Amino acid sequence: MKENLYKYILGIADNSLILGQRMGALTGHGPSLETDIACTNISLDLFGQVRSYYQYAAKTAGDGRTEDDIAMLRKEREYVNVLLVEQPNTDFAYTMARQFLFDVYHLLFLNELQKSKDLTLSAIASKSIKEVSYHQRFSSDWIKRLGDGTNLSHQKMQDAIDALWTYTDELFHQTQADKVMVKEGVGVDVTKLKETYYKQVNEVLEEATLSIPESKYFQKGGKEGIHTEHMGYLLSDLQYMQRTYPNMEW
Amino acid sequence: MVAEKQHIDKILIPILEQVSDPEIPVLSIMDMGVVRSAIIENNIVKVQITPTYSGCPAMDVIGDDIKAALKTIGYNSEIELILSPAWTTDWITPRGRKSLENYGIAAPLDAEADKDVLLNGKRIVKCTNCGSTNTKLVSQFGSTACKAQFQCEDCQEPFDYFKCLK
Repeated sequence: MKENLYKYILGIADNSLILGQRMGALTGHGPSLETDIACTNISLDLFGQVRSYYQYAAKTAGDGRTEDDIAMLRKEREYVNVLLVEQPNTDFAYTMARQFLFDVYHLLFLNELQKSKDLTLSAIASKSIKEVSYHQRFSSDWIKRLGDGTNLSHQKMQDAIDALWTYTDELFHQTQADKVMVKEGVGVDVTKLKETYYKQVNEVLEEATLSIPESKYFQKGGKEGIHTEHMGYLLSDLQYMQRTYPNMEW
Repeated sequence: MVAEKQHIDKILIPILEQVSDPEIPVLSIMDMGVVRSAIIENNIVKVQITPTYSGCPAMDVIGDDIKAALKTIGYNSEIELILSPAWTTDWITPRGRKSLENYGIAAPLDAEADKDVLLNGKRIVKCTNCGSTNTKLVSQFGSTACKAQFQCEDCQEPFDYFKCLK
């Protein structure tokens, strides 16, 4: 099996799976009907993209596992999503800040992945990019509305940005598989996205009258399978049905 | 995953036109532009379809419906999901746009106008009930992934707008 390609696909897919799970948890719990529908739509887009990635990963692994096995039956240490996306839905400001900080990265990333030499990955990227641009519009809007809103909404959004900022640097770390895939013209060199990322993020924060965090202390580990305490709880929800009723199908 | 060219065997067209999007029953999958090719090879029909949105839950149902429809004329079929080239709202036929409007869903505008509507709050989407363009965006996301929610400020009718995807 192409070990590095397999790992590389998971590195992309796990981010969308875990963020999709977080957003999906808002089904019926969004702050208003419209935002509820929006969050679950975003979740659905992400799950849709994830299916394409995991189907490709299953094909690459070639060991009889299906897309569902890969999505549902790994252990915590085997998930390689960034720490940012597993952070909990503390309040709506957190939910939107997390979404926004990921969307800006996601869009930049997919833009580059479209140019991949791997035709499957570039096809998934060009399909996903249209959807993710809607996500970014939505989350950017909320950063501005809450940031440039009432004193209370401003404070909540600032708290959320400050708290989540520490997870942004990890987006631009390279794993061993990343490096190999970049060399082969398959992967995206994420280190090159960093500057544009912070520029775009900071523009929105400024427009939202929010201050840009100055902290230089950043958390990492997700890409190596070392997660925050929230991940276990998330996985127990995500995997509950498959663990309780192995091989169940709809 | 990647489609070369669009080709649909003529004999299959009337059958495929009977299959509709389960979430928009007035619209056939042909008018929707999701069938990329359908070719009879050794008595098996190979069909390529492309999703409107990645997470579109209708795709599995559409695949099953196509199989069932082709079975009625004696063909077994294989369905393949194609992501590239990615579906765009330009592939909806003029007849498809008309069916959407009749069903109460405003058809997609061109990319520029769509941006004006969804980002800058410009009022140009026509109400499907009274035809007024005095309509406002309620939410960029609607009842399905492909739609946004609008409301007419003249007749007060809430309605869906099919988002432009290019």
